[in-house]
Formats: sequence, structure tokens, C-alpha cells
Amino acid sequence: MYAFDFEKPTTVADAVAALADDEAQPLSGGQTLIPTLKQRLAMPSKLVSLTGIPEMQGVCKNDAGEVCIGGATPHAVVAAEAAAHYPALAALASNIGDPAVRNRGTIGGSVANNDPAACYPSAVLASGATVVTNNREIAADDYFDGLFMTALEEGEIITEVRFPVPQAANYQKFVQPASRFALVGVFVAKFADGVRVAVTGASNDGVFRWTEAEEALSANFSPDAINGLTVDAGDMIGDLHGTPEYRAHLVGVMTKRAVAAAS
Amino acid sequence: MAKLSMTVNGRAVSGEATGNRLLVEFLREDLRMTGTHVGCDTSQCGACVVHVNGKAVKSCTMMAAEADGAEITTIEGIAEPDGTLSRVQQAFQDYHGLQCGFCTPGMVMTATKLLEQNPSPTEAEIRHHLEGNICRCTGYHNIVKAIMAASGQDVSKIAAE
Repeated sequence: MYAFDFEKPTTVADAVAALADDEAQPLSGGQTLIPTLKQRLAMPSKLVSLTGIPEMQGVCKNDAGEVCIGGATPHAVVAAEAAAHYPALAALASNIGDPAVRNRGTIGGSVANNDPAACYPSAVLASGATVVTNNREIAADDYFDGLFMTALEEGEIITEVRFPVPQAANYQKFVQPASRFALVGVFVAKFADGVRVAVTGASNDGVFRWTEAEEALSANFSPDAINGLTVDAGDMIGDLHGTPEYRAHLVGVMTKRAVAAAS
Repeated sequence: MAKLSMTVNGRAVSGEATGNRLLVEFLREDLRMTGTHVGCDTSQCGACVVHVNGKAVKSCTMMAAEADGAEITTIEGIAEPDGTLSRVQQAFQDYHGLQCGFCTPGMVMTATKLLEQNPSPTEAEIRHHLEGNICRCTGYHNIVKAIMAASGQDVSKIAAE
């Protein structure tokens, strides 16, 4: 790692102030950032830890019935504390990485990083969640912007993610066994006004909504409803773990499994 | 350099660390507690697992400064003060849950937390919980067996010897 300073503020306001310095970078659980620093792929002058800020911790339900998760809440806490409110989201959190990674990695870190194979972006997009930052609220549909790209501005911090709770939902992940990231992951969420389907791990553009499947499932929420529907393999990731055609096929398989498990 | 203080295995310790010092470096190189191992240094293998404020974490993927003020338990703090092995350690010995032993500190730390959270895990739950701990010698069978035995369950039906 290159040399850098370390700060651990205890309020969002202090963290925002600390991040105003040139080349300062926020550090949440560090399960992606620290390996990145070790490879010298980043050279911050200062890391600003977000893990000591009480207002960014924990899971609760607001008056609108949304599940609100503090940006620096570790996956293990989401798995435990969201289980009663939003079981599909808790189940997703309980299968990220491994137990030690889940004790450090956070929802805000994952959503801010927007790794194309991360699990959380699919839940945020399929749920139509709201990403709350230190100065605004961003709808999920306006938030994700391609590989590792989001609507966040420099120095902007995710303080909370708010999830509307669907009538039924499920996440199915085809695990890449070495990394435990999703080779393909599909989150299906059925709301009173329609079904949303978000796919992670598969596309060269990162997480995306599979709108054809959404329309079919909104009319008929059963696995058979998407028979004959396919995603274009031309947009899919191809690497040593799987071809674009293989990933395109998996999108359909995982969507059917998620619908079967949710209904 | 920033001053750090923490409690390690019940003992108050302090030291200085640069911002880019890892917790595992602080434990091994500054405190000279070399029971915590570095296998991969990429947060894959789990040989560096320690408990920070009661949670199992990979100490190669946490900054030392992040642990300022924390309560830490390492493999050196698992046995009784008189040297009596913990339930998990004793089971690893009894069931030959190791060969070269390099991964064992992390295995014991992970298994100890599992049994705190789930005192009677199934074989499948144990294997799922060990996903972040890699062993290149044993093929895991005797590790799983040792953890089941440490939980007081019958291990005669676990297949491989």
C-alpha cells in the first residue's frame, strides 16, 4: 500500500468535512477497498472511516413501511435484523462472501462501489429502493450508471438505503465458487403495482432491469410466464468463468428459480 | 503515526501505527503475537481470522487504526491461562483436524464463533460457515468432524477418515 493518513469521524458532518480534502477517500468495511489498496490500484492521501458513525448503523422500519438500513451496517447485521421485515433481503445478505467478510463489509460500501457482480445492487434496483446520501435522496432507477459507476458525486456518502417491502421476493445467486460473487444473480420483487426483476453479475453494463420478464411476470407471476424470453448474449460478460451465452441462459434459469421460490 | 490502544486477549496494549498499517501487521510485528497467520493477504484464506469486539474478522483486511479501542481475541487467547486447550482446540487435536497446521488458527477462531452462535450446527452448516477458511491439506473432513465433536454431537456417521 502507498502511505496515507487515517481518520475516523463520529458524525456524518465531520466525515463530509474530512472528505473535502484532495485525494481523501471514504473507507467503509474495506473488504474491496483494502485489497485494492494492497494492489496499489488506489492512492488516497487519507482514508476516512465511516464505521464509527452511530447514525449510519442499524436496521429499522419507518412510518411508510420501508426498511431503512444505515449505510455502514455490516451484511451480518442486515442478515439478522432485516429477517423479520424483508426476508429476501436478509437472505441475500447472509450469502455475501463468507462469515468474516459479512462482519466487516457494509451495504453502503457495496452500493457505492457498484461491482458488476455484487449482490446488493440487484436488491436495491429490484426493490425500487432509495439511496439516501448526506445531501439528497436518489431513486434506484437513477442511481446505477454502469460498471463501478453511480450517481454519487465526489465526497458524497451513502448514509442510508430505504427499501419498500414487496408482497413477495426472492434472490437467486449462481455462485462463482472461488470469489463467492454472483456469476449471475437475479432478484425478483412482486409489488401490488407490478413485478421488478434486477440482474447482477451478467451484464457488461452492470446491474440491469429485465423489463420483458417484468411485463410477463406482472401479468402472470409464475416461472412459466418467462418461457421463450431471453436476454441478448451480446450484452453479457464473457470471461474464463462463463461465456456470454452461458450467462444469458443463466439469467432465465435464475429468474425462474427466484419466481418459484417467491410465489 | 497515530497512537493506538486496544485490549488484546484481556491485556491492555498500545502502540503507534501509520495509516496504512494492517491489524494483522500490528498484531504480528508490533505485538509479536505470531499465532495469527497470513496465508494469502487477499482476504480469501482466513488464516488471519481474529475476533474484534466479538466478531470474527480477517485481520489482513482491516486497518490497525480501525481497531483503536477495540477488544481483540487472537488464537493466543483461546486456551485457558493454565494452558488447558479450549473445547474446539482439543477436538482439533483429538480428531486430527490439521496436518501442516498453517490454517488452524483461523479455523479455530472461525469455529469458536460458529459454536457460540449455533451450539449444535449440522454438517452442512459447518461447511457453509467455513467458506472463508481455506485448508490445502485435510480436505476439510476432519476439521468438520472436530467442530461437530466440539459441539458435543455424534461424529460416527461423518463419512471420511
